[in-house]
Amino acid sequence: MFRQVAHRLLTRSTTTTYPIFPATTTLRSFSTEVSTDASSGDSAFIDAWKKVAPNIDPPKTPSQYMEPRPPTPSTLPSKLTVNFVLPYAAELSKAEVDMVIVPATTGQMGILPGHVPTIAELKPGLLSVHEGNDVKKYFISSGFAFVHSNSYADILAVEAVPLDRIDPAQVQKGLSEFTQKLNSASSDLDKAEAQIGVDVHSALNSALTG
Amino acid sequence: MASTAAVPFWRSAGMTYITYSNICANLVRNCLKEPYKSEAIGREKVHFSATKWADGKPQKPSNFFFSLKLFPIVSICCFSRSRVWLRHAIGDSVCTVV
Repeated sequence: MFRQVAHRLLTRSTTTTYPIFPATTTLRSFSTEVSTDASSGDSAFIDAWKKVAPNIDPPKTPSQYMEPRPPTPSTLPSKLTVNFVLPYAAELSKAEVDMVIVPATTGQMGILPGHVPTIAELKPGLLSVHEGNDVKKYFISSGFAFVHSNSYADILAVEAVPLDRIDPAQVQKGLSEFTQKLNSASSDLDKAEAQIGVDVHSALNSALTG
Repeated sequence: MASTAAVPFWRSAGMTYITYSNICANLVRNCLKEPYKSEAIGREKVHFSATKWADGKPQKPSNFFFSLKLFPIVSICCFSRSRVWLRHAIGDSVCTVV
């Protein structure tokens, strides 16, 4: 029984049970292979619907309401399209830029058009958006960066502030407070919190000075 | 087969990613200059009312419209802008996020 389950999971087969007998088993394709233009709807579903209710329009499925993903161009695009979003606002929405440098946990990562598709977890640090000769810098508290194969970059951050909104006195105060807490911390959780405090404040410090 | 993947220090201390992320965001918000700081903190306030239930009957709701910020990290849950259903650890109270 388990071998059958494993086999079905590996081949990603599904059984369509529309009122078409016998039930046909089709192989589901991976999401990256599926044609992104779903505006015409799923043809098998529409055919089955028309057989049962020819006078009623078939209902639209969720994917028909979505904008299809922009296809991967065959030649290297010249600009990177960035969607930089926060939980309460979209800082940049489909902005065409030359390069973005994000503070990934593995270090500062530069994203150029044609970057390999990546998912990167971000650590508290500086994000810079380079457009021609302009550089816009933001300090990010944490988040994720997704780079897609069509040179779209989605950067999601919980808090992102331009550097001029940061108060250096508070940063120094916080840094000394948390360094003290780290030295006097007893339980694992306290140590972790103090360490997070030290990391964030030292990142803020280096962002302000660097 | 023990998994030997390197875990971040907060994970090994028992913290989840969401808690970590919220702590970082709170620390950054605290370091902002004045008009932006009160704006940011106001944005993250959550109003909730907690009702303790006993014998299937709700008792007097406490903490009416208590808006909070920088919720203590050690507690069970983290408040965020999204609606959160939470279970109080003590007794059988139900908290509704308004």
